[in-house]
Parts: sequence; C-alpha cells; structure tokens
Amino acid sequence: MTSVSVLLSCVAALLGTAVLAVPIGRSAASTPVVYGASLVFCAVAFVFALAHLASALSVAEAPTIILPLGLPWLGSHFRIDALAAFFLMVVNLGGVLSALYALGYGRHEHAPRRVLPFFPAFLAGMNLVVLADDAFTFLISWEFMSLASWALVMAHHRDADNRKAGYVYIVMASFGTLALLLAFGLLAGSAGNYGFAAMRGSAHTPFVVGLALILLLLGAGSKAGLVPLHAWLPLAHPAAPSHVSALMSGVMTKVAVYGFIRVVFDLLGMPTWWSGIVVLIIGTGSAVLGILQALMESDMKRLLAYSTIENIGVIFVSLGLALAFKANDMELAAALALTAALFHVLNHSFFKSLLFFGAGAVLTATGERNMDKLGGLIHRMPVTSVVFLVGCVAISALPPFNGFVSEWLAFQAILQSPAVPQWGLKILVPAVGGMLALSAALAAACFVKTFGVAFLGRPRTSAAEQAVEVDRFSLTAMSVLATLCLLAGILPGIVIDGLAPVTLSLIGDRMPVQTDIPWLSIVPIVESRSSYNGLLVFLFTLFSASLTAYLIHRFASRELRRAPAWDCGFPETSPATQYTASSFAQPVRRVFGTLVFRAREQVDMPAPGDLRPARFAVETHDLIWEGLYLPIIGAVGFAAEKLNHLQFLTIRRYLSLVFLALVFLLLMLALWS
Amino acid sequence: MVVISALLIQTFQMALVVALAPLLTGFIRLIKARLLRRRGPSVIQPYRDILRLLRKDVVLAENASWLFRVTPYLIFAVTWVAAAIIPTFATGLIFSWTADLIAIIALLGSARFFLALAGMDVGTSFGGIGSSREAMIATLAEPSMLLIIFTLALIAGSTQLSTIAAFMTSPQVGLRVSLAIALIALVMVAIAENARIPVDNPATHLELTMVHEAMVLEYSGRHLAMIELAASLKLLLYMTLIACMFVPWQLAVVGEGPVAYLVGIFAYLAKLAIGGALLALFETATAKMRVFRVPEFLGAALMLGLLATLLRFVSRSL
Repeated sequence: MTSVSVLLSCVAALLGTAVLAVPIGRSAASTPVVYGASLVFCAVAFVFALAHLASALSVAEAPTIILPLGLPWLGSHFRIDALAAFFLMVVNLGGVLSALYALGYGRHEHAPRRVLPFFPAFLAGMNLVVLADDAFTFLISWEFMSLASWALVMAHHRDADNRKAGYVYIVMASFGTLALLLAFGLLAGSAGNYGFAAMRGSAHTPFVVGLALILLLLGAGSKAGLVPLHAWLPLAHPAAPSHVSALMSGVMTKVAVYGFIRVVFDLLGMPTWWSGIVVLIIGTGSAVLGILQALMESDMKRLLAYSTIENIGVIFVSLGLALAFKANDMELAAALALTAALFHVLNHSFFKSLLFFGAGAVLTATGERNMDKLGGLIHRMPVTSVVFLVGCVAISALPPFNGFVSEWLAFQAILQSPAVPQWGLKILVPAVGGMLALSAALAAACFVKTFGVAFLGRPRTSAAEQAVEVDRFSLTAMSVLATLCLLAGILPGIVIDGLAPVTLSLIGDRMPVQTDIPWLSIVPIVESRSSYNGLLVFLFTLFSASLTAYLIHRFASRELRRAPAWDCGFPETSPATQYTASSFAQPVRRVFGTLVFRAREQVDMPAPGDLRPARFAVETHDLIWEGLYLPIIGAVGFAAEKLNHLQFLTIRRYLSLVFLALVFLLLMLALWS
Repeated sequence: MVVISALLIQTFQMALVVALAPLLTGFIRLIKARLLRRRGPSVIQPYRDILRLLRKDVVLAENASWLFRVTPYLIFAVTWVAAAIIPTFATGLIFSWTADLIAIIALLGSARFFLALAGMDVGTSFGGIGSSREAMIATLAEPSMLLIIFTLALIAGSTQLSTIAAFMTSPQVGLRVSLAIALIALVMVAIAENARIPVDNPATHLELTMVHEAMVLEYSGRHLAMIELAASLKLLLYMTLIACMFVPWQLAVVGEGPVAYLVGIFAYLAKLAIGGALLALFETATAKMRVFRVPEFLGAALMLGLLATLLRFVSRSL
C-alpha cells in the first residue's frame, strides 16, 4: 500500500466522520467521538506524510493514484512528492493538535451541530488540495476547503459581526477560486491539459507565465492573506471557534502557500527575475502592514489574525528571494531562501496554533477576547500563561526559539543577493531586509503588549479575577506545541535536512547537510561566513542564569518580603490606571500610524476649575479598506441600484426584452462569421 | 592542550567582561562629574552599589509573578552570553561560532522583551510607560542595527564576528564611505540601546521622560543588582562591539602566545577608556530629547544604515 493510498483512505475516513457527525450531533457523545476520530485519522496521515518526507531522497518516483472521478477524459490524479509530503505533515500535525485541543475546548461549544460535521470535512479538504495532481481536482478540493471553513466561520451566526465576516469571506474566497480557475485555464492551454504532469512538461510563453503569476497572487494570495487581499482574514479567522481559528490561521494559509509554490516553482518552469520583485514587494507590504494593524488591535483573536498576515508576508519575502535567485541560476542561494520560507511555514503553524489555542483558553476561562478587560492571568492560569509566553517569544523571532531560526535564514539569504545582476533587485533587497527587521521588531512589541496586557498586571474585570485554568486536553495540546517551538529552535539542523528533498526537487540544489556538523550548529554556506547554534545558546543562557541565581542565593541574600507596589511613591489603587492595549501602542501609533493609518489624536482638556471631564479621542483609518474595497462595494451597489428596476417590469416588457436579446445575439452570430 | 587553552581564554573573557562592566560605568560617571567640575564618586562606586544591593532584602510588590523574579537573572545571563562571544582582546574564541552578529543582537532583543514584560508585571502606570516607550525605541533601533550588520557582513563576507574582526585588521579593508556611515549609525543605535543621553537619562528617577528606569522601578535588592549589572554589561558589550569591528588593532589571534594576549588586554582597556571618555564628553555636551523626538533621531540612524547597505549593494568598492 503506497503512502498516497493511505492518505486518501484517511481523507475518506475524515469525510465519513463528517457524514456521521450529522446524525449523532445531538447526543452528548458526539464531541469526543468526532474529535477523537479526527485525531486518529490525522495522526495516521501525519505519520505517513512524515515517513514519506524522510524517505523522499531515496524514492525515485512519486507515488500516484488515478481515481475515476473528476473530468471524464482525465480522472482524478493524486500524487505525493516531497513538497506535498511536507505540507501534508503541516496540515495533519495541525489537525491532530487541533482535535486534541477540541476534545476539551469543544465541550464548551453551545452549538456543536454547527461545528462537528464541518471540522473533519475541513481537514479532509485541506488534505485533498495538497494531494491533488490535476487542476480540476485541485480546484474542487480548494472550493470544498473554502466552503467547509466558511461553514465553521458561520457557526456562531447569531452574532452580526460573524455574519458580516462570513459574507466577506465567501465573496473573497469565490474571487480567489475564480482567479485560480483562470490561472489553470491559461496553463492548460487550448488543448485542455489539466493534469499537473502535462502542465509541468509543456513550455509556457513569458506572457502566460506572467499572467499566471498575477492570477496566482490574486487567488492563492487572497486565501493566504496577502495585502491588499487580506480584508476578510481578520474578520473570518477570529469569528470561528478557537480550534478552527488555529487551523485557519496556522494551517489553511499554509495550504494557500502550498498552492503558490506548487504552481510558481513547479508548474511554471523557470521564473523571470521580475516575478521575484513583485513577490518581494507584496510580501514586504503584508509583513509591515499586518503587524502594524495587529499592534493597534485590542481584540486578542483579531490581533493574532493580523499577525498571520505579517507571517505570510515574511514567508512570501523568502519565496520572492528564492524566485529571484532561481531566475539567476543561483541554486544554492535559492535553496537557502526556499528553506527559510518552508521553515517559517512550519514555525508559523506551530506558534500561531499555540497562540490561538491560548486565546481560546482565555476565552473559555473569562469569556473575554478584549485584552483591555483581562489582566493578571499569570496567577490564575499558570500553565496557559507559560505556553502562551513561549508562543509570544517564538513569534517575535527571538532566540533560542524557532521563529528566530527562519528569520535568521531569511537574513542569510538576503546577504547572498548582491551577486544578483539586476539593478532593480539590488536596490530593492536591502530595503526589504530593513523592512523584515522592522516587522520582527514590531512583532516583538506587539507580543509584549499581548502578553503584558492580558496575562500580567492586575485583573481589570471580575471575569479576569475569577478565571481558572482550563482542561487537560487543551493544556496538553498547547504544551506539545510549545515543546515543538523550542525543539525546532534548538535543533534546527534536523528540520533543515528534512526540507532538503523539497528544495532538491524544486530548485535542484539543497543546503549543506546540517546534522553532521559538530554540536548541532547550523551553517548555511560555510562556517566562516555564518553559523548559529540554538542548542548552545539555550544551554549557556540556562546555565549562566542558574549559576548566577544559585551563587546569589547561596552567598548574598535570599530574603524576600512582599509589600504594596511602590510606583514612585504614588501607587494607584484602581486597576484601570494600568496601561491598556491601546495605550501601550500609543508611541508606536504616533511614530508609524500617522502615516499608515492617518491616525489623529484629539485631546480636549478643560481649563482649571472647569468641572467637565477631559476627553481623548483617536481616529484611525484603514486606508486599504477605504481606498480599495469601499469604491468597489460602491460601484457594485450603484450597478445593482440601476439594474434593480428591471425587476419590476410588466410581462409585455419582459417579453420584448427577451425578443431584443434574441435579435441581438443572432445579429452577433451573423456578424461574427 | 589547544582546547584547554582556548577554553581558558573563553572563561577568562567571560569573567573579564563581568568584572570590567561596573568599572566602565564608574569611569564614565567620574569623567562626567569632572567635566561638570564636581569631584564625583570613586571609580569603584558601582561595585559597592552592586554589593550593597546584593546583601539587601528584596521588597517584592504584592502581585508580582514568577516572571518578575526570574527576569533579572535571565536578562543578566542573556547579556552575559552575548558579551562572551564578542572578541574583546583576542579573536578566535572557542564558542564564537555559537552565534553570529545577527544572533547576538537578537539575544539582546530577548533580554529587552523580558524586561519590557517585567515592567508590565506589577501593573503600575510607570512600568507600562517604560515598556511601551522601550518597545517604540526598539522598533526603530533593531532594523537600524540589522542594516548596519548587513553593511559589515557584505564588506567582510561574513556575519561571524571573529571573521569580521580579522578582515577589518587586514589591509584589504581600506577606507570606505559605507563603513563611515555605518559607524555613525552604530553609535546612534548604541546610544539609544543603552538608554544614554540624549535618548534617555541613566541618572534620572521620577521624570516623565524616563524609559529604562521606569521599567525597573519596582525592582529592589538582588534583583536590582542583576539589572544594574546587566545594564553595565550591555554598555560594555556595545563598546566592545564597536571596538572589535572599527578599531580592531592589537586583537590577539589564536596561538600567538601570552605576550600578544597581554598586549591585547592593554589595548582593549585603552579602547574602553577612550570610548568611555568620548561618551562622557558627548553626554555632557548634549541635552536630553523629548520622547517623541527619539523616532527622528533613530530614523536618521535607520536611513544611514539603509544608505550604507545600498552603497554596498551597488558597488564593491564604496
């Protein structure tokens, strides 16, 4: 039995679970049954995907299966190569942990029948997208994945915000699928070769390649959340239940990245150098804009969704570099950049799932998503706060956790780029490097804010004061992810070697073998150029911190006394005097927001003796929504308004309209030939 | 044998940076006092302060969490590890491949992350003001620093500090415009990172423009001692960094024998003394900026860094 048939059986089993969930949805046992089954099937799929990736270097032929479904002359092709195996691993690991988390979290769900059938269906859809080996199956699976996730976004549809989120999401998802459909149509050509193998084999004209790239950026980019197509993401991801939010942000965006890599690196053939520029600019814009919007946010889940946009931007920056290098035949540098991108795909699926699980745990414990109503949770939710802290450090790209490694690899790739001959790239890349560092620094600020406001300080409401730790299942899922964040950070060589088959198949080169290097360092090119050892950094820090603490407690003083906070002699008793999410972001808003969000502050300070309260108001604008989406919405509304009166005609007029249309079409036909 | 001597040198370097850090702070304070025609405290006053703080009880705010208690040790350890990898008097440290320049800066970023969290832990408005301003400064200082690293890495062909230092001593380096610009930017970033005038005032308490001191306001006793020591160590680290990349003269190379090491140590002390005197002179001559002028100051550093990197990208000789 090949790995592809095992994975397809897992998909079938997930779909079976989805169908089964409909009749048993009313019973109390349905939640553990559905999530338990999803967990098992995803675990099997994960193991086989991992095994396939591990053995991908020795297997010559990627296993393929053709089912008699889909297009009659083509059938449905399914195939696993190294790239697909890697993404299947990401998808199913996310699925396993999300199902584990949901075993506990799902018990608090007040409408389980709106979630249970769609959860395994969503997982099956994502698996199918990655497995598909022809355009028809790919698009059907893509749409299935979109619709299943849409149903999950609409699970709590009584909330007007969620309904709006679902509406925006379905519109954008349809738009994205349309763009992908056109892209595949272009690639298939007039002969209609919808199989990926045929597309890979045929030579495409530069015009087709360019147009297909743009359409892909629209189609896959809208699903991944690239600016300016991200508008749905911060609405839809937080609207779903938290374990689904984690899947959507941590995994589904990765499936979109997979679609982009599959077509651009695999099917399109040799890229042109300007495609690198386009992807670099869009990626950089997404990274900076995404994290700036996250910084302005006080809703925890929406903040995480905006930060997803940033991370997708970082991934696309690395992909853009890989494209630019590949176009210039710099294979080693391209392999380095692609490894950085894929490493970040893995990392983001770890820490974003972890953070969404943490936000879900906070939601369960307090019923609040608004950070300005939380505070002091570190005392009441000790385990959640530790794992959430790990997620915050990892996503801020700080050593020794995993986020830093992929960021570091991206910087090493940037340092390879002066050898690129094109001037446009030479001038762009340093700016991109600066922007990447800026987004990393902003991410650190953003997650200091998140952890500091929600988990530290004093509780701002009674809900935060009465919070209790969440159930074991949720804690286990989060702890596993936190451990993975640390392991990928201190043993990055193993991950890099695991990615070697992917870069070999897509670029034709790989990074040097890392696991042979003494002390488990990672060395992208040669040691005299750059190296990093997360394990030793971690151990040294741990050792010197413990040594210092031991020596001080042993020889100096270990006395400790609790007293009221000093606060420079003027302690404020009310917890409302603490810094909130928006006050924390105020300095950054003044520096960047004046330009990016046209933020304006108005202070109304009454004169001394005047008894009216002082007022402070901030006005910010989402320039993309106002400049791009509102005009389109306006135009659609205007056209609908104009066409509306066609609905209220008499039967005679309708008949004459039909007649005129017929005459018009016949005339067209006559003139055409 | 070679390994043992290399380990000894590494250990000696670790001890040296911790031992010298308070001295540098004391030296700068003394020079500043003399420039203001005060007598000033003795050079070893920072050692006395730290020892006294170490012996005192910790007075901990009632709702301070474990994070607040762990952070001082963590910050100190991270800064120490970073400082131990930078060549002070000799290149080719045995663990220099553990972290390159990017990783060293990121390690300091980790320290800042935890310090900013500790500032928010007790839930006072002063802690919040410090943390949020520190975050703002970091968002501009870190990209500037990275662009400076890019410039140096592209000149030396490496982000490894030992390699950069070795390249800078070689005659290949020559006089370059990009290096001069990077040096100016690096000094600006170092001033901001170490909370010195004109960005922040290290001597202040209870002032609405303070940043670093506001974050650590609730610390006392041994915790405060660790924080003070880490701050001194960070200042020493940045001076060492500038010294080993821009004035790498007399750095001993592996296997050169004890005389070269001795010369290296004296040269290092001289560099620190000159750097400290220059910093004291600069701080005495300038006034503190308003907080919202800091972005302009650091924005200039960012632009200089970008300019230096761009020069390196478009030309091999500039």
